[in-house]
Amino acid sequence: MLSFLVRRLLTFVPTFFGVTLVSFAFIRLLPGDPILLLAGERGVSQERYEQLSAQLGFDQPLWKQYIDYLAGIFQGDLGTSFVTKRPVIDEFFALFPATLELSLCAIVIAILLGIPAGVIAAVYRGKFFDRTLMTTALVGYSMPIFWWALLLIIVFSSGLGWTPVSGRISLMYFFDTPTGFMLIDSLLADQDGAFLSAVSHLILPSIVLATIPLAIIARQTRSAMLEVLGEDYMRTARAKGLPPLKINGVHALRNAMIPVITVIGLSVGTLLAGAILTETIFSWPGIGKWMVDSIFRRDYQVVQGGLLMIATIVMIVNLTVDVLYGLINPKIRKG
Amino acid sequence: MALLEIRNLSVEFETVSGAFRAVDGIDISVDRGDLMAIVGESGSGKSVSMLAVMGLLPWTATITADRMEFNGHDLRTLSGRARRKIIGRDLSMIFQEPMSSLNPCFTVGYQIRETLRLHTSLDRKARQTRAIELMEQVGIPAPEKRLSAFPHQMSGGMSQRAMIAMALACEPKLLIADEPTTALDVTIQAQILELLTDLQDRTGMALILITHDMGVVAETVKRVAVQYAGQKVEEQQVEALFDDPHHPYTAALLSALPERSQDRFLPTIPGVVPGQFDRPQGCLFSPRCQFADARCRAVQPQKASAELGYALCHYPLLHGEPQGKEASA
Amino acid sequence: MAEYTAETEHGLQPAPPPGPVREFWHSFKENRGAVIGLVVFSTFLLIAIIAPLLAPYGPAQQFRDHLLQPPVWQDGGSWQFPLGTDPLGRDMVSRLLYGARFSFFIGVVVVAIATFFGVVIGVIAGFAPRWADTLIMRVMDIVLSFPSLLMALVLVAILGPSLINAMIAIAVVLQPHFVRLTRAAVLSERAKDYVTAARVAGSGQLRIMFKTVLPNCLSPIIVQAALSFSTAVLDAAALGFLGMGAQPPTPEWGTMLAEAREFILRAWWVVTLPGLCILVTVLAINLMGDGLRDALDPKLKRS
Repeated sequence: MLSFLVRRLLTFVPTFFGVTLVSFAFIRLLPGDPILLLAGERGVSQERYEQLSAQLGFDQPLWKQYIDYLAGIFQGDLGTSFVTKRPVIDEFFALFPATLELSLCAIVIAILLGIPAGVIAAVYRGKFFDRTLMTTALVGYSMPIFWWALLLIIVFSSGLGWTPVSGRISLMYFFDTPTGFMLIDSLLADQDGAFLSAVSHLILPSIVLATIPLAIIARQTRSAMLEVLGEDYMRTARAKGLPPLKINGVHALRNAMIPVITVIGLSVGTLLAGAILTETIFSWPGIGKWMVDSIFRRDYQVVQGGLLMIATIVMIVNLTVDVLYGLINPKIRKG
Repeated sequence: MALLEIRNLSVEFETVSGAFRAVDGIDISVDRGDLMAIVGESGSGKSVSMLAVMGLLPWTATITADRMEFNGHDLRTLSGRARRKIIGRDLSMIFQEPMSSLNPCFTVGYQIRETLRLHTSLDRKARQTRAIELMEQVGIPAPEKRLSAFPHQMSGGMSQRAMIAMALACEPKLLIADEPTTALDVTIQAQILELLTDLQDRTGMALILITHDMGVVAETVKRVAVQYAGQKVEEQQVEALFDDPHHPYTAALLSALPERSQDRFLPTIPGVVPGQFDRPQGCLFSPRCQFADARCRAVQPQKASAELGYALCHYPLLHGEPQGKEASA
Repeated sequence: MAEYTAETEHGLQPAPPPGPVREFWHSFKENRGAVIGLVVFSTFLLIAIIAPLLAPYGPAQQFRDHLLQPPVWQDGGSWQFPLGTDPLGRDMVSRLLYGARFSFFIGVVVVAIATFFGVVIGVIAGFAPRWADTLIMRVMDIVLSFPSLLMALVLVAILGPSLINAMIAIAVVLQPHFVRLTRAAVLSERAKDYVTAARVAGSGQLRIMFKTVLPNCLSPIIVQAALSFSTAVLDAAALGFLGMGAQPPTPEWGTMLAEAREFILRAWWVVTLPGLCILVTVLAINLMGDGLRDALDPKLKRS
């Protein structure tokens, strides 16, 4: 287990440096002169141009720029946004809780619905339940989620008027956000209806974001369960006289979860990609929308810093999944 | 009254190419404390008939029987819930592949205690004590440590001992051992068999040993039923069977034992057990039988008398000679 | 054996034995979903090819008197525009039909690029010395560390927003999956005896890589290609929707959705129909992909 951990950590390091290199290179490749963009429409004098260039380090050779960039990263400095003039890292941490809140809600929905759906489909293999659930899952898996979001808005927001169209909370509420999680902050603020408002804003984006991971988890759970149900130890469990719920829910599911955990971990990347579309459509002030806006505004420093942070998060999650995989699978734990 | 009473049990499987009859009109009767073996080649339906008793066959199987009773319960009409109260407690089974029959995700201790939790009113502590006691009973050294081991950390023989401990947890009235030693090393095989007969002797439970190995049978059990292609072809006390087999198939099986061979070459039984598509019209053994004649190939035989071991044969053997052949010819 | 005797008896050219294609078709057609997927897919493909013949108008033709006209079954609709018109008075039917062309074009080109480079790099990684293999796989890990859509967005931002650039970006993002898959298949095939036999027989390295080993690794690659086709269609639509894919007035379904977004409350059809087309196309491809996987990979059949 320990050597497995160490080996896994060792692959993390070169990948991380590769990611820094990629995000560094991307920005150098983007069209347009960053300094002219920074100066805005009024333009700059030659003198001011050189001054800015020196300030940002653009007059240095590329390799020197990269070294400085790396040095900055290790001091927690990802540069400053051209547009807001605030440090990128501060903006990131200000917006990240919104994305985290949305993603957590989505993954919880996906797990809570996806795993039982997969188990039921496997147990009733080939029957009505199985067919219905798996057809639904395939539709969900094939769903263009930006369209799905618009459909839900048409039905639930404009049609039934149940849910708001955008944002995290109604504008009538104003309070401090110490945790950054609107659900918690609205409870702490203790204003009438604030929590409900936060919940109603969260529902549609969570459903949209959960759709594809939900379908993937349901399909993977089903196939893992089918594999497990044919194993000899399932016969042993039945020979003990265990009730079906225990046989399928404990003996089979515990084994089937091993591949499913991997899939859940891998869907974090899917989730962040989905967050880009979901946040844009629902005007959710998270890092997905922030990245899209920054790309359109050509706010290079933000794109560079955001890319690095997002890739790092994905890598850390993948690492965690691998470790978790080792913990849940006794063959690796003690092997 | 017998502990397990089965009359005319048949099991059919639905397959893509029609129904396949795996068990064909079997009678089995087991008394309390009985020790019997069911012998036959692979595909003779010996495991299937016992899985039918346990209710462990998949839904593609259709089970029919005139009588199927265990300990006074009619297994044919028993609800799933009522059956689950019995299996694992009064009626338990161990399987061929000990390594894959234990759930890899749970410790051995968990899997033993689970049975106790399900069928007894023992509390947590008592369950642990009982689990240790069981592990000692099946001869596992350092039982406390072994209880917290995962199945992949144990050898095949050790796993089978753990399986036996699990099956014995609630002191069953009948234990069915489905080829318990086939997947194990030869040296371990003898130990496990000895353990089983020893436990049977001590606890007074009945034991059905399913095997394809006549050699195992001779040293272990009291009574033997021989199965061929889903039918029971003969049943006798073990000494009598070895002395004077009444069915040609039993005779052929016995002469194929190396210990009993007198020739330079070990005799074999030519051919294989008929499958779904090559079932003969008359006696199922006729294509492989050295005594078979036209009648054997055309007409299905009837069961002979108890003195002739219920042999399912037109011309049951007596001291190696087919009986009644001249009369019919 | 059977074909052999038949051939000698009749003295004819040997009839081709039931080849892998026929065997594959036999198990593919068992899967009803896959057959439905194939039928829908073929219909869309046909529509894409003959779109100019089917479409009543050109995709960019504007009817200034008929802005946002509803479909025929709703009040104010007419048979002139069966599925209504968009905010610029263009016929929805014609635009949707032409849109099929773009989706298929995107799918075919992206999958071709991603598969070609992915497979070549994967085979090389599978045969390369350890250090080169590690290097290639690390690079792929790096690409996979970025969420696919974000990576594609940034690539398009670098290359400039257009349909071609969006396709290149999606191909770059998809290609590491092919590398991983091919490499894994090559590594397991490489150890087998027939490869050693070919080596002993004096086959060159390139021949062993691409003629001996690769054909035996094709099954998972074909399945991945089918599933990538749907990813490509979806991602291209997403990029179009974000304004980073095909540019207006191209009748690409995602772009159509983006153009129509502000009218969702007034005219449901301009939003619903393009999305429905994307969903049905992607669903059909995924149904086929599942059928392909079951037919080509017996190991996965139970799943």
